[in-house]
Formats: sequence, structure tokens, C-alpha cells
Amino acid sequence: MENKLIVSPSPHIHSGDSIERNMYNVLIALIPAFLVALYVFRLDALIITLSAVVFCVLFEYIIVKYLIKKTPSIFDGSAIITGVLLAFNVPSNLPLWILALGCLFAIGVVKLSFGGLGNNIFNPAIAGRIFLLISFPAQMTTWPAPAIAEATDAVSSATVLGVIKYAPEALPTLQQMLFGIETGSIGEMSAIAILLGLIYMIWKKVITWHIPISILITVALFTGVLYIINPIELYNPIIHLASGGLMLGACFMATDYVTSPMTKKGMIIYGVGIGFITMAIRLWGAYPEGVSFAILLMNAFTPLINTYTSPKRFGEVKKNG
Amino acid sequence: MLKTFRLGGIHPKERKISAGKTILPIAIPKQVVIPMGQHIGAPCQPIVKKGEQVKVGTQIGKSVGFVSANIHSSVSGTVLKIDKALDSSGYKRDAIFINCEGDEWEESIDRSDTIKKECNLTGPEILTKIEKAGIVGMGGATFPTHVKLTPPPGTTPEVLIINGVECEPYLTSDHALMLEKSEEILVGTSIVMKALNVSKAVIGIENNKKDAISVFNRLSKEYPNIEIQPLKVQYPQGGEKQLIDAILKRQVPSGALPISVGAVVQNVGTIFAIYEAVQKNKPLVERVVTITGDHVAKPSNILSRIGTPLINLIEVAGGLPEETSKIVSGGPMMGKALASIDIPVTKGTSGVLIIPTLAAKRKAMRDCIRCTKCISVCPMGLNPTLLMNLTEYEAWDKAEINHITDCIECGSCSFTCPSHRPLLDYIKLGKGKVNTIIRARKN
Amino acid sequence: MSVLLSAVATLGAIGAGSAAILYMVGQKFKVEEDPRIQEVQDALPAANCGGCGFPGCASFAAACVNAETLSELNCPVGGQKTMDAVAEILGQKAPVAVKKIAVVRCNGTCDNRPRLNFYDGVSNCTIASSLYGGDTGCSFGCYGLGDCVESCTFDAIHINPETLLPEVVEDKCTACGACVKACPKDIIELRKQGPKSRRIYVSCVNKDKGGVAKKACEVACIGCTKCQQVCPFEAITIENNLAFIIDDKCRLCRKCVPVCPTNSILELNFPPKKDRPQAKKEEQVSEPV
Repeated sequence: MENKLIVSPSPHIHSGDSIERNMYNVLIALIPAFLVALYVFRLDALIITLSAVVFCVLFEYIIVKYLIKKTPSIFDGSAIITGVLLAFNVPSNLPLWILALGCLFAIGVVKLSFGGLGNNIFNPAIAGRIFLLISFPAQMTTWPAPAIAEATDAVSSATVLGVIKYAPEALPTLQQMLFGIETGSIGEMSAIAILLGLIYMIWKKVITWHIPISILITVALFTGVLYIINPIELYNPIIHLASGGLMLGACFMATDYVTSPMTKKGMIIYGVGIGFITMAIRLWGAYPEGVSFAILLMNAFTPLINTYTSPKRFGEVKKNG
Repeated sequence: MLKTFRLGGIHPKERKISAGKTILPIAIPKQVVIPMGQHIGAPCQPIVKKGEQVKVGTQIGKSVGFVSANIHSSVSGTVLKIDKALDSSGYKRDAIFINCEGDEWEESIDRSDTIKKECNLTGPEILTKIEKAGIVGMGGATFPTHVKLTPPPGTTPEVLIINGVECEPYLTSDHALMLEKSEEILVGTSIVMKALNVSKAVIGIENNKKDAISVFNRLSKEYPNIEIQPLKVQYPQGGEKQLIDAILKRQVPSGALPISVGAVVQNVGTIFAIYEAVQKNKPLVERVVTITGDHVAKPSNILSRIGTPLINLIEVAGGLPEETSKIVSGGPMMGKALASIDIPVTKGTSGVLIIPTLAAKRKAMRDCIRCTKCISVCPMGLNPTLLMNLTEYEAWDKAEINHITDCIECGSCSFTCPSHRPLLDYIKLGKGKVNTIIRARKN
Repeated sequence: MSVLLSAVATLGAIGAGSAAILYMVGQKFKVEEDPRIQEVQDALPAANCGGCGFPGCASFAAACVNAETLSELNCPVGGQKTMDAVAEILGQKAPVAVKKIAVVRCNGTCDNRPRLNFYDGVSNCTIASSLYGGDTGCSFGCYGLGDCVESCTFDAIHINPETLLPEVVEDKCTACGACVKACPKDIIELRKQGPKSRRIYVSCVNKDKGGVAKKACEVACIGCTKCQQVCPFEAITIENNLAFIIDDKCRLCRKCVPVCPTNSILELNFPPKKDRPQAKKEEQVSEPV
């Protein structure tokens, strides 16, 4: 035996899990939503998604290598996911230069200037989307009609949430919303496709059920109670669950590892908070869509939630003989 | 639904490649090196001198203080010297070197194979015999058994739990013992029940040892107070506190001993040693050791005398494979990596795992991505990534508040971490520092 | 215009009110303190390193003011100049401090001490010490993982990448003792810096028997007692196969250095000796980086 023996502390085996494995499983979970987007928006969806991914990866590589002067690990999957999620949050006809700005903000400012993967406080994709929304409100709120909708000749139309808030007569049917033939950003289309992705991620142990389910239940209960009192479209729980970025936000953006709380109790508090703030903005705020702001606000609370919740300890349970 | 502990846990690949292999004997070596520190507590004082003749079973080390255990010669021959030798602690400590001549045993020891079921001794008499025989916890913890079986004043044991779980991957010495010495283990259990004055015992066995479970189910019909409990295959099912949680549904509070919930836990190997000590007057001089590893030619369970050089056992298992890079004493989750093979078998050596080069090196550590998997798997409900951070920043008061001293060092957190962070390394460091601070505060 | 006026007036009133409240609270909860404590504290280097034995400069200042005499108190970072200033403020006699420096008592470089295995754990000496004695045959020697470097707040100790041993930077070391506490093997010691920075010490802490020690490391102390026999001032003690030179008794005569068969005794900052015909081995004059 020529090699020297290796000495290190226990344990001496590893599960084989890695950052890449988790990130690529998230990308796989996003495939159903992407396929629906391709079906509804055709080539535009492909261009926007690919461009966002390329911009995010490129910016991360350049900034890490030349500004921060470290070895870039662009293929750990996190920049790719930021690109895909940012693409899923914008209208399919967004000019690419605006998209590039959004990617630069998301990667450069929100992720890397805070310390890179593991150290950012705010979700890069969400913050990027809000940055674009505030800086380019016109381009970010004109939604092209889905390529397959033959109903009108209009080039742009309002989203479902816009409709129920401002013009409740012109709603698409429930099937259309669940399966994805509606107006909105690329990723918001099909609630079912996103739920498929959620099931895949929970099965592969990438995330647990706590955050998405607590968000969805909070929204359902909130609107449910209001709907029972006053059954108008604005309060319809099913519309709220199925439309807008709620599914996408609850399943893919709020569950981002770095910006969400670490304990199960904390995750439920976080989810409930997001649910409440989303509904408050949707019902009483100036914007028809509240998920992005809700997630961003709750990201700010995550360190506080982490400090004040701790995991359930062994020995805390009472003896029950 | 099989019973199991309620918090955390992981399921590493079982790799029980030496399971079901009959226990092999091994030739007595030319020289044994018996360290004086083979147990938790003060090392023994040597009571033999250079040149003295000893037989198998002669006491050669006297226990010092209450928490300590006697040591007996495992061979017959002449004492060569008392000198410092490298043992599995990683440091050189006092040891007795004996040149082996023949195989003469002390006359009081009964060497027959017949199973002696009757025991007419009283509880205190049993404890005295256990103490004289130098029995320690054979699962690897090596806590002196007579101390564990002496409940502190004010506590009463209710149930005796026998740990036949062997949850570490690769290790099979307890399994082999359960298959070949089942009746003796049941007798040993009854003896300990008498010593503790309890009327109920439960033997916990993980469900991947179905042959052992069925053997025990059959034989335990004669022992109405002993129950056999199959358990879910999960790590660390064999951890004392987890085992009590699984079987009795009681969780030992932080900082307390298992006796505070009425439980006393003993490993099957320890129970077998107790049977031999009480019924056959045989002190602890040999044990079953598993030699295993992915490239080992003949993974085996070997009955070896204490003090035998490990290399002898490795030869029986087919020799050291070409591509060896790590030799671990114990299992892959909690075992200790050895710096050299020139180390003797001691009372706590449950197995030797030989790891090939490709699997031996750690991957580079990356930033914590807050995936919370370490928190999900921690069987004690701690926050390993926070504890690692607090240790790095030397925030000992916060570490104490976050219960760093509750850690059982099972390694589930480091095993799971996708960023390959050395969580357990830092937590062990922090635990040591916080314990020192707590002890200083008490004084 | 009236809006502007009312805005300015309101904000001005709030500002003035807050200022008044803060002032009153500040006066009410003011801690009465001897003003000399602040004066002394201002004279200190403000490193808060703990080298004086107190948790921070403020505590040291308070201790100085409350002490009857300054003879037991010393700030190793500020040195004589600082203690003179403190003594002047308090009207006391300044203590004469002996300048000490950290000394690493191990010379087990990669050449002297072959590495026998490969340590793959975290680069932390305390973690390694719970695992084993080290990746060489000497279980007393330096791990080279740098706990001492981490603990130093003065950038005065670094690991030499070729020898894998820590080296003390003379000008920066303040003998605060942090590295001494950090080392899990008690290899670092605070010794007198000596006139012209000259000092002699046994660069080994190996307590194994001679043969075992020498096998592990070329320059280990084997406890042969030759140095003790030749020392005219009884400054060398031998315990557990290890020689130790007592600081206070050593007069730097250099007689012990050439008689050591393993070159374990090091002399620092001496001028090179002329070659004498009977000299068995060449003296080592090593200088810290």
C-alpha cells in the first residue's frame, strides 16, 4: 500500500447530495410550466427564457471573475434558476435589453453584492422583477394576448387579476386558468403544471410542503371567508389560487432556500405572512398582483423569524409512557 | 408500522456485506499490546511487572476510582514490558506488552460450551462479578457496566432495553453474536434484570436482521418477561436516547440520564460478556470484530483476543486491499479514522472498515445555502448549521443556549449537507469548549 | 408659504423637544465615574486584546485607577511608553516591564519530521487534537493548521508554507498571550525577548523516550542531559525526557547550543561564532521571517 492513510473526523461517508443536484431538480420541476408557456406563447417564451438564462449566467461569470476575483461556479444551477424564474415573471414581449437590465440587477446587486449564494437576503428573481416593474411600468404591465386566443385582434390585454379588480365582467373560464390559456407572464399560466413541479420537488426531497401549502391555505381561507360574506368575483378563492403568480410564487420563489426561514415553525409563519400580504395588496392595494411584494417583504422578516423560532427539540415532548 | 424514533434520522446504504458470516476464530498472536485506557474514566493502574507470567484471565490492570474498569490478560505468557503504545485514541498511552506462550486459562474460568441458565446469585453479587470482570459497554462507548447498572440514588429502573440494533452501515458483529449466541443473550438479559430488579426487558432489533428476530422470537417464548421488538431501519436507531424513544415513547430530557425515564440500555455484546462473566467466571478478554469494506476480499466477523494487532485480523479477511486510503475503527458514521494499522483490538473495537481511495477524500466545503436539511435530519432537534456558525465565531454562550451539549455526535448532519460542510467537526469542538466552561462554572 | 412655515415650525418643535428629552435622560441616567479612568483609557493603545489580563482597555484603565500601585499592571502592547504616561496621569511610579515575546518551541519542519499520513479534516488545530497527535510520528509537535495565526490580533505570527511551522514576527508581537492559549499542545511560550532580541530555548516539547523521539523528528530533544551538564548557571531542567531552559537563570552564554546532539536548542539573533577546531556540529542561527 503506497498511499498515505487519510485521517479525518467522522463521518466517513456522505449521502451524495450536492447543491447541483438540488438546483437541477428544481429546473426539472419547472419543465411542465415551461412546456405550457411554449404552447401558449410559442417562440417568444423560448427567446425570453433562454436570453434570461444566458444573461444571468454571463453576468455572474463576469462579475465573479473580474470584479470579485474568485473562481466562478456558474454551473451550480442557481444562476440558471434565477434566469428561468425571472423570465417566467415577465411579459413574453418584453424587449431583451430591459430583460438584461433585470438580470444584471438580480445577479449583480441582489445576489452577488450581498455575498453570493447562501448570503443574499432577498430573492434575486423577485427583486429583479420588482425592479423592472417599478422602472419600466408600461412595458411590464402590457400583456400580449396568448398566441392561441383567437377571440380578439387586440395585441395586449389585461390579466385575470386586473380583470377581476377593474373589470369583473370579462373573465376567462376556470379551465382556461387552471390549464393555462390566460393572459399574464410566461410562468403564471398553468396552476396544474406548477403543482406537478411541486409534487416532483417534494418527492425528490428538494423542499418540504410547509411553505407552499401554508401560503395556499392562507390565501384560500382569507378569500374563502370574504367570499362567504360577499360572493363577488373579486373574492373568489379559486380564481385567486389559480391565477397570477401565486402558484409560481408559492411553489418556486417563496421556497428559495437562502431567503426563507430555516425551522418548520418559521416556514409556516413565513407562508402565512406571504398569504396575508398578497391578499391585502390584491384586494385593497394599488396593484392587481401582490405575490412579488409579499415575498420580498417576508424575505426581510426571515432573519427575525430565524432568531425567534427554533426546531422542535428532543426531550421537549412530554413523557407519554 | 414499525416503531422508530420520532425526530430526524437518515438512511445510509446498509452495506451489510459481512452479514450472516459465521464468527471466525483467529490464531493467538505472538504478542499482544493491552492498553490501560480502554474505557471511559480513569485508565487502569498496571499490577504486573516485567517478566511476570500470566494466564488468560489474570488481572493485569486495576481500576482507579468509581468510573473505571479492570483489565485482564487475554493470553498466557510473559509480560515483556509496560510502555507507551499508539491506540485508537490517536495518542500513545500506557500499555502492557505480553509475549504469548501457549493458551493456559485461569482455573476458575469455565470453558465449556454448555449453556448455564440458572443463576442463584443476588443482585449485588451479580454486580460485583460484573465489576471484577471488567465489563464495559461493547457497542463502542465503553462505559463501565457496573456503574451503569448502579442507578443513582433517587432513581428506579423500570425497563431493561437490549440494543441489538447495530444501525451503523457495514458493521455486523452484534448480528453474528445474536445468531450464534441467542440463548446466552437471553440468559444474560435475565441476569441483568435480576441485578436491576426490573420485571420487563425489551430487545430492540432493526428490521434488516430478520433471521435474528425470528430466532429470538422462537427462543424468547421461554422467557415471558423478555419482549422482542423489531424496529424500522433508520440511523441512528441504536443511539441510546433514540432507542428509548422508539421502544418506550419516552424522550430523555436534555442533560439527564436514561435512568431518569426509567430505562437502562445495554448492548447485546455487553450482555453476552455479562453472561460469560457471571455464569462462567470469564472476564472480558475477547470480542467479535467485523472486518469489512468494499474492496475487502473476505469480509468477516472474527472472534479476537483483546490486544491482537489489527493487521492479524485484516490478514484473515484477505489482507489489506491495494487501493486502501482510510482505515476506520468502528462504523462509517461515528468511527475513528486510524493513523496507522499498528493498533491493537480493544474492548470497544466493534469493527474495522477499510475505505478505498476514491471514496476516502472529502469534497471541498462550500457556503451554507440554508437548505435546512441538517435541521430536518438531526435526531436531537438541534440546528447544526447555526451551531457551526456559533463555534466559528466562538460565541460560547449562544452555543450553550442552543443546546450544543445535547449533540450525540451521530454525524447525520455532515452526511446530509449538500455543501459538504464539516458540521460535526465544529460542533464537537464547540461541545468540548462549552462543557469546559460549564464545568469551570460549577467549581 | 404658510405650509412651508408650518412644516418648518412643526419639525423644529419636534427636534427641540427630542433634544430636550435626550438631554434630561442623559443627565438622569448618567453613570458617575472617576474622570481619571477616561484619561487613562485615552492613553492606552485601544487594542482591546486582553494582553494585560483584563477584558479590554476600559477595564484595565479602571484597574489602574483603583490600584494602590502600578507594579503588577502592564500593557504589553503599549509597552514602557504607555505605562509611563499612565503613571504620570495617576501620579504613581511607572513599573519597569520586561519585554516578552512568543516563542514557538517546535522545529519539526517538513524536512526534519516526515509526514506519515494525510490530514483531511478542517484546518483547525483544536479539531485535529481531538482526533490524533498529528500527521507525523511525533504526537507532541505542531500541527501547522494555524489556530495561533487565527488568534493573533497583531498579525505577528504566520505559518511558513515551506516548513509548515508558525513563525513570530518580532516587531509586531506584543506578548499578549492569545496564541499561547490557542495552541492545544502548549507549544508556544512567552519568554523574555532578551537584550538585542537574543534568546536561547529548547525548540521541542516531545516527551517520548529518546529513541522514539529521534525516529519521529531529526531535531527532537532526546533528554540526553548533555546540555544540563554543561550549563554553568543551572538554568536547564530535564523532565519527562525533555530539556527546558529557565528564562530567569539563562545568561545567554551559548555553551549548551553546540553540545546538543540533535541540534534541538536554538539561539536567535546572535552573531555567528568563529569556527572552533573541536566544534562537532555547525551552530544554527535561525531568524524569524
